[in-house]
Amino acid sequence: MSVPAAEEAAPTTSGQPLLSLRGIQKSFGAVHVLRGVDLDVRPGHVTALVGDNGAGKSTLIKGIAGIHAFDEGEYHFEGKPVKVHGPRDANQLGIEVVYQDLALCDNLDVVDNMFLGRELGRSVRLDDNAMEQRARETLDGLSVRTLKSVRTHVSALSGGQRQTVAIARAVLWNSKVVILDEPTAALGVAQTEQVLLLVRRLADRGLGVVLISHNLNDVFEVADDIAVLYLGQLVAQVRKDDVTRGEVVELITTGSSEKRGTDTTNGVDR
Amino acid sequence: MSATTQAPPEERASLGSIARGYLDKVRGGDVGSLPAVLGLIALVIVFSVLRPDTFTTELNFANLIGQSAAVMVLAMGLIFVLLLGEIDLSAGFTGGAAAAVLGVTLTNHDWPLVPALLAGILTGTLIGLFIGLLVARVGIPSFVVTLALFLALQGVMLWIIGEGGTIGLRSEFVLKLNNGSMPIWLGWLLTVLTVVGYAGTNLLKIRTRRAKGLSAEPMLLWAIKSGAFAILVVAFTAYLSRERSPNPALKSLKGVPNVVVIILALVVLLGYALSRTSWGKHVYATGGNAEAARRSGIAVPWVKISCFMTCSTIAALAGFLAASRTNSVSPNTGGSDTLLLAVGAAVIGGTSLFGGKGKITDAVIGGLVVAVIRNGIILLDQPSSVYYMVTGAVLLLAASVDAISRRRATASGRV
Repeated sequence: MSVPAAEEAAPTTSGQPLLSLRGIQKSFGAVHVLRGVDLDVRPGHVTALVGDNGAGKSTLIKGIAGIHAFDEGEYHFEGKPVKVHGPRDANQLGIEVVYQDLALCDNLDVVDNMFLGRELGRSVRLDDNAMEQRARETLDGLSVRTLKSVRTHVSALSGGQRQTVAIARAVLWNSKVVILDEPTAALGVAQTEQVLLLVRRLADRGLGVVLISHNLNDVFEVADDIAVLYLGQLVAQVRKDDVTRGEVVELITTGSSEKRGTDTTNGVDR
Repeated sequence: MSATTQAPPEERASLGSIARGYLDKVRGGDVGSLPAVLGLIALVIVFSVLRPDTFTTELNFANLIGQSAAVMVLAMGLIFVLLLGEIDLSAGFTGGAAAAVLGVTLTNHDWPLVPALLAGILTGTLIGLFIGLLVARVGIPSFVVTLALFLALQGVMLWIIGEGGTIGLRSEFVLKLNNGSMPIWLGWLLTVLTVVGYAGTNLLKIRTRRAKGLSAEPMLLWAIKSGAFAILVVAFTAYLSRERSPNPALKSLKGVPNVVVIILALVVLLGYALSRTSWGKHVYATGGNAEAARRSGIAVPWVKISCFMTCSTIAALAGFLAASRTNSVSPNTGGSDTLLLAVGAAVIGGTSLFGGKGKITDAVIGGLVVAVIRNGIILLDQPSSVYYMVTGAVLLLAASVDAISRRRATASGRV
């Protein structure tokens, strides 16, 4: 009930990609970071984006989030070509990014963090109760049971709880695509498990989820699709069930997989 | 981390669980104003025992309020820049310059009261805008900007007042600001309004939260808090409503000092701005994590500029109070130790020098501590040397509490 748009979206558009990129190019000066990337994010699916350091993962998500513009290529959202010039445009479309550093204010409570910059009520008389209710509903909707009070300061939360708050903030705004940058990198085993469950739940609610991760255990546990970036090219976007761990490692490290016969041709095979 | 344990959400808050929650907060390093309140009680007890016939008198109590008013109000302004993790070293002389403008326009140019007051306040606001632009737009550290202005504003004051001059204040209103007392009945009316306002707002909050199914504090706690608050405020008014003149036949002195109204109004207004407006949330967010604030779409430079403007505007009011206290404006109004005492008051009250933590009431509690120390040491016939050393030591102690509690908070915050 807290994410109504996403629930509606789930059954109707599950076939068609929510977000699709074609032939994305991006250079920083002489450095050609992205060389013709194609990517599809489908509703209700977790798309894992993997690749070695420097493969262009961060550049790709920053471009999707509107932090810097792509040089070339098509950016389609819900089937329509869109122009994203800034983070606000991306938010308007329903794209939210949870960055690795989470961007939470330790000195504010959970509710304040979730609504930061987008408070409810008049700006001279905030509606704290409405914000608290909606925060609680959103967390309950995600079956988060680990937060005793939404009025706890973030400084008192554990790493997993912080990640949960950051993710809940991202889904608060009827978002359709949530991009998670290394959500489990700093977490222990139990907390990693909680966050991965949460990631799965987001997809089950019909959101398109992009999960950036170095950890293939996480990827194989939670992802539906795996997209591999190698030196700025998307060398494969495949269903998880169609590949083995070894093949993914090979794709990440060499850009091709002998056994699968894929080469660096952006093969989206499904 | 204990909070990770599975707990039913919105559990019914009981007195015991609230007390435990508060103890946990304190142990976790979030001490707030607690050390200042305990320190204040200890100081009052010590001085009352040592000097029962001079410290614990109605006259001295009223004096204490008048002496601390300017520092308290200045500290309220400083809290806004301290919340950002910045500093305004020039705030004292900003107040002085504003008071000089007030004095010159009133006394030398015979302006009516209201335009003169507005001119003084606007002086403060403009100084704040200037500091804010240099800090947030140009990117100079606030320490350097305001250190430069600390010097420059002294020059401005000399230039406005004239070398070595002093401007006497004759305006009845300005003189009464921080000298006069209100009639007894008005003091009691104010007392009733304050108590009803405090208890009423809290009651309303509890009822709306209950109606919406949110957890609220139990009625018993509300009753205890409201009762304690009422006793404190009534005792305050009753004590100040007694005759305190050393020679009542000559001149009667009684009633709540006028300046209490100004402090009360500022506490309510500024407290509201910080806790209930989106601007207030953005101030805390900017002080806590400027990068997170920026990514949330908050205009961080504007938040900073507005905080410096708020600080300097309130500093102008503090300057008026200081001038009113001495019946005149001199090049030393807002000078000497005023600024450091105000920073000290805010920090002693529990506002963090690292930004992101602090409340307006910190200024009142800290301001009282600072004033009691000064007042008590003078009554103990100690020389200024002792007073300065003690005040310096207390400020260092408060800063240590701040730094240590911050370390504890970081240590207990992340698993």
